[in-house]
Amino acid sequence: MTHMMNQGVAELAQSLARKDFSSVEVTQAFLDRIQLHNNDLNAFVTITGEQALAQAKTADAMRAAGTAGPWTGVPFAHKDIFCTAGVRTACGSRMLDKFIAPYNATVVEKMNAAGMVMLGKTNMDEFAMGSSNETSWYGPVKNPWDRTLVPGGSSGGSASAVAAHLCPAATATDTGGSIRQPAAFCGLTGIKPTYGRISRWGMIAFASSLDQAGVLTRSAEDAAILLHTMSGFDPKDSTSVDLPVPDYLATLDKPLKGLRIGLPKQHFAEGLNPQVEKLIRDALAEFEKQGAILKEVSLDNSHLSVSAYYVIAPAEASANLSRYDGVRYGHRCDKPVDLEDMYKRSRAEGFGAEVKRRIMVGTYALTAGFYDAYYIKAQKIRRLIKDDFDRAFSEVDVIMGPTSPHTAFALGSKHKQKDPVAMYLEDIYTIAVNLAGLPGMSIPAGLLNGLPVGLQIVGRDFSEGQLLNIAHRFQQATDWHTRTPGVGAGTGLKGDQ
Amino acid sequence: MALALKDIENIAHLARLQLSEAEKTEALDSISSILSMIDQMQALDTAGADPLSHGFDASQRLRPDVVTETDQRDTLLKLAPNAAEGLFLVPKVLE
Amino acid sequence: MAWETVIGLEVHVQLSTKSKLFSGSSTEFGAAPNTQASMYDLALPGTLPVLNGEALQMAVKFGLAIGAGIGKKSVFDRKNYFYPDLPKGYQTSQLNHPTVGKGSLTFTLDDGTSRTIGVTRAHLEEDAGKSLHELFPQDTGIDLNRAGTPLLEIVSEPELRSAREAVAYLKKLHSLILYLGISDGDMSQGSMRCDANVSVRKLGDTQFGTRTEIKNINSFRFVEKAILIEAQRQIDLIEDGGRVVQETRLYDPDKNETRSMRSKEVANDYRYFPEPDLLPIIIDDAYIEAVRATLPELPDVKAARFQQQYGLSGYDANVLAANRDAADFYEAAAAECGDAKLTANWVTGDLQAVLNKAELDIACSPVSASALAGLIKRIKDNTISSKIAKTVFEAMVAGEGSADAIIDSRGLRQVTDSGAIEQMITAIIAANPKQVEQYRSGQEKVFTFFVGQVMKESKGKANPTQVNDILLQKLKG
Repeated sequence: MTHMMNQGVAELAQSLARKDFSSVEVTQAFLDRIQLHNNDLNAFVTITGEQALAQAKTADAMRAAGTAGPWTGVPFAHKDIFCTAGVRTACGSRMLDKFIAPYNATVVEKMNAAGMVMLGKTNMDEFAMGSSNETSWYGPVKNPWDRTLVPGGSSGGSASAVAAHLCPAATATDTGGSIRQPAAFCGLTGIKPTYGRISRWGMIAFASSLDQAGVLTRSAEDAAILLHTMSGFDPKDSTSVDLPVPDYLATLDKPLKGLRIGLPKQHFAEGLNPQVEKLIRDALAEFEKQGAILKEVSLDNSHLSVSAYYVIAPAEASANLSRYDGVRYGHRCDKPVDLEDMYKRSRAEGFGAEVKRRIMVGTYALTAGFYDAYYIKAQKIRRLIKDDFDRAFSEVDVIMGPTSPHTAFALGSKHKQKDPVAMYLEDIYTIAVNLAGLPGMSIPAGLLNGLPVGLQIVGRDFSEGQLLNIAHRFQQATDWHTRTPGVGAGTGLKGDQ
Repeated sequence: MALALKDIENIAHLARLQLSEAEKTEALDSISSILSMIDQMQALDTAGADPLSHGFDASQRLRPDVVTETDQRDTLLKLAPNAAEGLFLVPKVLE
Repeated sequence: MAWETVIGLEVHVQLSTKSKLFSGSSTEFGAAPNTQASMYDLALPGTLPVLNGEALQMAVKFGLAIGAGIGKKSVFDRKNYFYPDLPKGYQTSQLNHPTVGKGSLTFTLDDGTSRTIGVTRAHLEEDAGKSLHELFPQDTGIDLNRAGTPLLEIVSEPELRSAREAVAYLKKLHSLILYLGISDGDMSQGSMRCDANVSVRKLGDTQFGTRTEIKNINSFRFVEKAILIEAQRQIDLIEDGGRVVQETRLYDPDKNETRSMRSKEVANDYRYFPEPDLLPIIIDDAYIEAVRATLPELPDVKAARFQQQYGLSGYDANVLAANRDAADFYEAAAAECGDAKLTANWVTGDLQAVLNKAELDIACSPVSASALAGLIKRIKDNTISSKIAKTVFEAMVAGEGSADAIIDSRGLRQVTDSGAIEQMITAIIAANPKQVEQYRSGQEKVFTFFVGQVMKESKGKANPTQVNDILLQKLKG
């Protein structure tokens, strides 16, 4: 039997159903492992040990009574961006360091309803603004593959936790690549579904028209399970789409013969590490082996995606973060002299440098005189980018390419460059997908000097089932997704046997 | 267009952020850099394009006019840094 | 030098939906602070707006009633600024694509002349909370019950030319929104608030002068006074060689003056952009027609019909049609007693006087439409005289019962028996030979003496017309 700690969601569900062990046992095991490694990795910000064991106990009781669902009792973690009732929800920020959410996000409600056990809240870039998990008030997260490297961001805590086997899966969010890029850096299977697939109620907003919840796991099958559990129409979210959620598990095994895969020439150009490119092309060969057809496509305006994104996202964020004013919740400065002082100092103290920077960029882009040149211009480019994808999808079924131009970089290395743009370009292949609202995945496709390389798969609106199917078929023929620095993997987690 | 320190001060004020002199200088540098990147957009002629606000074309759903919320004052006021007599308190505002 | 005042009004109307614009909190007035403030209303992290369909319908209804184009695609925008009663740090409003486009409002001034004023647009937006400055020595208390209540902001073209016109416009607007049932329009409670944009220019000038905005005036009377005093202030200023500064001012009713608001910044850049948590509101012709079908007969149409159908004067027709409840009351009463003109007199006269004194709406009238009709019937069939009817009406208001019941219990039936009246008159003539002589020698005024005597003798119950006729006859000799 696979070690408990190495089992994914699907496997754990089966083990629990077979009563190989109880939910309390496996929950305690994960909690112990978190205790062992979290000081080092800093993946978790809040560990909800007591609550987790209580949930596990309930799960076991349900199993005994025969009322358990398929995923009841399986432990996992929530990115600390989802409001969890009675549990601190800090969003990586000092502003919310003492904020105990009074309600559950819809995503949290759904996971609770499935009977899954929350181990804790994972670390993240502050207000989801970052690509390395170095902007968190709670300190940077380490990549379990090499603790001098970043895990990617903003869902760095979730990625690190799953890669280190501190939990089999973790929820996450993606606004410009924050699920896919950490998945690539940590050797994980991550999916960001179509905008509107998962409710944003209770998911602390960064950029409203781009934010989408998703999941980080170690297999397409696990991603299918969690995506299905998290998805669905929510009347409390006006941008939630009223479409039924397909049974993603049912279509995992569909053969890929005849699948037309588009390769954007702009994603295989200058800036892509040639060794990464080689690994990607090797992975693509696997699809050809399974009968897929590769075809070059062009996303003409992709070179402007980062520019457009860094107008739209900060603009929306600048307004979304205005509510953090020290009046009704969150951080308030000491002894404010007057209202202006209260606002300015509370916000200056509560927000980190990157958040302040983006708020200012966003504010500027919306000021009279610049609104047309920046905001409207960016929205027009967004339209052209979406049109590019639509055009490509008239010729191919899915689009693939590298998730990131390179493997995980060193902690602190980007900041040495003293230019925030260097960090922004990390998302050069992922951002356009958010602008177009399309679903995207990253799956492990190889190792370069012992570090994971991710393959990005992008589909049409609401084609998550197809993406998961493609990922699953790849994972049935390869084993990159099984390589993680987990228990017994021998890649150096302190304290592992 | 070149950004000046005065612009940074104006933006910081609109966003209610207090910045030290060092932070203002840093902001001037980093935001200028970001704007340079963003300015790449200007090279493209977007005359024919319609701005896109969401990934999909859909219309706003309407909800029925029904009261669904109850009194949550006790729970919610507990979150406040300063509250009394059922009110959120802020330093006195002169109108 | 002759001056002209130019006025544009921005009226904020609180829509009478049960729940708020974007959340399911109650909008009921008068609740304890923050007991009607949900997580969305407090702008808690992760909360999102969903649009109240009734608020949209009310806005469309208003648009149709003023003949405006309805925006088939309307968009909500964020208006960004910081203030403690604005929880999100932005107000969700509509800038470039409002739900209601250009329309017009026609109203009548006191002198009977009619004016039509353009309405530029009307849009939906959230109300802010309330700041209470008086309760704590060092602090301001914030109550968010009102935050998120739906407002319809109605903007007029700057086509008003006097304070009186402005008030007439406001009153017509007020009557219309009550008519449509979209607001209770109570200015004292803040359900209707008026901002006045005022500027002056020399008569004949085509350019607009610099305008000031007087905010949050909360009564019709104050609107008139504020505009007058502000226009005068501007005129005095210019005539003294000064220039009007574009600014926001507040009207102080105690001092009857406007003063500049203590403003923090020169120009607040609101940085409007489309609300990304909401989608564009798309409505089609079917929706618009469905709303149109719910429109009541509008006051102007009703007034015209009253003139035609009931032969009422323009004035009476307008008065009755201005208030939907009064119009319905009137029609019910008129239908039952069959005398449109008499009913109009009673409703606009005696009944209105009673309601005014008791500060009651006609919906709470102590005398129902049917009861009033009952009274009027008795006047028409000569059971009582008009004069006696007033007494009966007073008794009805006091709750003594129906007209018939009061007439009976107080024995107020008119004496219409000519024979009896003739007898009375004969007796009075016989008893007053001196006055008869006076009358017959040409002193016509003495006639009233005889009328008085007959009324006294009959305890007011003799039918006045018959008394007159028979007296005349008898006195001629």
